[in-house]
Order: sequence, then C-alpha cells, then structure tokens
Amino acid sequence: MTAPARVTPLHAWHLAQGARMVDFAGWELPLHYGSQLAEHTAVREAAGLFDVSHMRPMDVSGPLAREFLRYALANDLARLDAHTGRALYTTMVQEDGGILDDLIVTHRGVEQYRLVLNAARAEADTEHLRHLARQWAAAGDSRLAFRERPDLGILACQGPAAGEKLAAVLDLPELLECKAFRTLERDGLFLSRTGYTGEDGFEIIAPGARLRDLADALLAAGVQPAGLAARDSLRLEAGLNLYGQDMTVADSPARSNLDWTVDLRDETRVFVGRAALAAERAAGPTQCLRGLLLEDGIARTGGVVSSPQGVRLGQVTSGLFAPTLRRGIALARLTAATPIGAKVFVSIRGRDHAAVVVQPPFWRRGRPCHDIEELLS
Amino acid sequence: MSTIPEHLRYSTTHEWVEDLGSGRYRVGITDHAQELLGDLVYVELPEPGRGVQSGVTCGVLESVKAASDLIAPLTGVVAERNEALGEHPEWLNEDPYGRAWLLVLEAVPAATAELLDAAAYGRLIEGQ
Repeated sequence: MTAPARVTPLHAWHLAQGARMVDFAGWELPLHYGSQLAEHTAVREAAGLFDVSHMRPMDVSGPLAREFLRYALANDLARLDAHTGRALYTTMVQEDGGILDDLIVTHRGVEQYRLVLNAARAEADTEHLRHLARQWAAAGDSRLAFRERPDLGILACQGPAAGEKLAAVLDLPELLECKAFRTLERDGLFLSRTGYTGEDGFEIIAPGARLRDLADALLAAGVQPAGLAARDSLRLEAGLNLYGQDMTVADSPARSNLDWTVDLRDETRVFVGRAALAAERAAGPTQCLRGLLLEDGIARTGGVVSSPQGVRLGQVTSGLFAPTLRRGIALARLTAATPIGAKVFVSIRGRDHAAVVVQPPFWRRGRPCHDIEELLS
Repeated sequence: MSTIPEHLRYSTTHEWVEDLGSGRYRVGITDHAQELLGDLVYVELPEPGRGVQSGVTCGVLESVKAASDLIAPLTGVVAERNEALGEHPEWLNEDPYGRAWLLVLEAVPAATAELLDAAAYGRLIEGQ
C-alpha cells in the first residue's frame, strides 16, 4: 500500500500561486507554477524561491558527535573544526563504498552538527546512523544524541539577486558578508550560503509555521516561485548529481564524480567504507561520471553512449534540454578510459547523435564552463 | 481550464484537425496537450511527401524533461510542415491552435468523421 503523499507547510501557498503539483519521493511538491523555462531563467538572471521542505534536517550533538560523524561520513568533519557555521558537502557510504546518500553537514557550535538528508533517503539514513551509533558507542550512550526535526522546513532562495533580496526582506545586511558554505543563525533562522542551482543563493531552515510569511515577503520582493522541474534543469546545468538517478548504492563516489568528497588524508581516521574506497582509488575506478554536450537532439536517461567505432562506452544517467545553454546536455556513466574531449555518439530513439565528453559542470555563476562552439566544431 | 475551439475536430491523443476543404487538413496539438507537456523545446515533424497513419507515431515533441510521441490523427500524406517551429517551439505553448500548427495532411474527403467534436473532447479531458 502506498502511503498518502506528505505535504510541506507551504502546500496551500503553492496551490494559491497556481502550482501544478507532483509526487516526489513521497511528497506532494510543485512541479512548476506555469513555466519551467521562465522559472529557470529567473534563477539564472535574478532570483527564484524553492520549497525544499522535503529535505530533512537532523541534528547530531554531544561530546561524541564529532568523532561519530568522522566515522560515519566519507568527508572529514575535522575540516570544520576551526569555524562555527562552516558547512561541508559529503557522501555517506556503506562498507563496500556504495553511496547511501549525499548531504551537507554544518558545524553549529560546540558539539553541535546539523545534517540535511535527501527526502527519499531520510528514513533509511536515520536508521543507518542510529544502527552505526549503537555499534560504535555503547547503546544509549548519552554523549551522542540524534534529533530529527519534523518541526523545520527549508526554503532555497537562489540566483544572482537572491542574497540581496533575502538580506532586504530579513533586514539583515550582514547576510551579504556570509561566504559560500557558511551559515548564519539569527532569530531562529538557519541561513546557509548553499544551493543546488549553480548560482549564488541561500538555503533557509526555519520553523514550519514561519515559511509562509517568508515566502510572501520574498515574493513581494520580486523573487519568482520555482518548482521541481526548474530545480532539475538548473542542477543538471550545474553538473550536480541527483541521488537515485546519477548515483545509487551500487555506485562509489569515484564512479560518481564525487571522489573529492572522500578524504583519506588523516591516516588514523577510521570511517565506514574506508578500506573499499582506498583500494578503488589505488586501482583506479573502472567507470566514471562525465558530462555530455550534444551537437543536436536531447539525450534521455538510459541512452546508450558509444565510440565512433561503435564500442559501447556506457549510459546516460540524466539528460535534458539545458534551457540556458539551449542544447541537450547529459550526465553519463562511462568506462573510465573515455577521455575528456572524446567525440562520442548517444542513442536517441534508435538514432545516433554526436556529442563531446566534458568534465561537469556545464554552467556556474553566470557563465558556461566550456567553449561549446569550439568543442563541437 | 483549457481552450477547445468549436470549429475543430479532436483525436483522443490530443491532436486537433481543421478541415481546409479539398481533402486538406491542418493538424496541431490541443491546449490541454501543451499544458500536460510543459515548456516545449524541440520538435521533430515528418517530411512533406511522407505518409502517416492514424494512431501511429509520426514525430516527436520534446519538453525540457521528456520526449512525447506525436500521433497522426488521420491517415494521409504530409503536404506541409511548420518549419518555423524548429526555431520557435515555444509557440506550441503560446498559441497551439494558431501559429503553432504542425502539419497539413492530404487525405480522403470527410477524413475527420471518426474524430471527436469539441463537446466530446471536452468530456474526454474532464474525465482524465
């Protein structure tokens, strides 16, 4: 039996804004408010507002919190020690190196950390972390506490004008001094300069009851509501993976263009999956996740990628029409021997279309990352 | 609420057909179809001279995220296709019954007899 879709505190607000709603990871969320392209462009050129309350905050605290998270996560939390308010992107893997989730963890102060988990993974992640903790520390050890936060929702205000508009709405000019991957906590709001669009912006974690007033104020300041459709085209242009599509538990970080989230520098740090990931790094992964720029046509998930000689190289994991670049782009898992710059073919409805292999991202902060005309000439 | 012009006929796969007389029929997609598809960004239409068969795929309409088949609403031969849509796929969202027409087909007279009238098409999409 399928459970009824969960709704965010902004559900009625979305309907009032004319959203077309869709089921995503067990949540009913806006797909778009009329035009995905208009919403995508608003984020690239000005500012857009996403309700991402399906993503789940979880607080980890106590004298053992730091050491436990250094054990549970592939990236090293020690990087955050010196700076309260600093955030880190990381993968969480199982013993064989397969990715369980990707997440951002923020150091909130002495013995206080906050994780934000993907909607589809939140329940499994929570169970995994609690299970790990029982093995790692004694059961019921009061020096390590987990707290899920169903009371909190999340908004993402993204785009070149997002910071300025949010600072004005909150009357918080110091927000603009906040650097990327830093968090400012004020008056019950948790304001992180992070996002999933390839533009500047903030993710705002707030008590659910306050989301409506925040959304109304941002809308009045000219921020465009944006749905999941635009979120997907923005993140793919930004070369950012979607869990469950570009990576699953069958993929390691190295196979997913995320080897940089695996920190092996501290040789004394024992963490889940370390042995498998170190062995893979030493041997070199057999597959990798790359970008494709298409000459024409739009590649879709599952499209087969081949060499000009007809040798199968791999498969598209995400593909769409990139609204800002105005052409088909894709992420594809290819044999690791496929070099950047290789000319390949992608199968679309039975016909081969020419493409070039690039290192993601495709777009960052107002400009394309590749000279497309030259690459495809 | 979708627009459904009275003077057109409709297929159950959301194409409209306008009888131009002399066995010529203009074809497009309905307002309801463009709403379902979202922002269109790429259109692939059959070449003039090619035969198409009622109920069978004859082209592709692509939005940012998904590709959808264009189903021929009539059996006939392509006389013209709207070349401007290659540059302006967004017209399909803006004006699906006007400048975003897709094809002109040549078919037998009264080829639209099997198609729905506006009232019947309205009931169809209401039930979906």
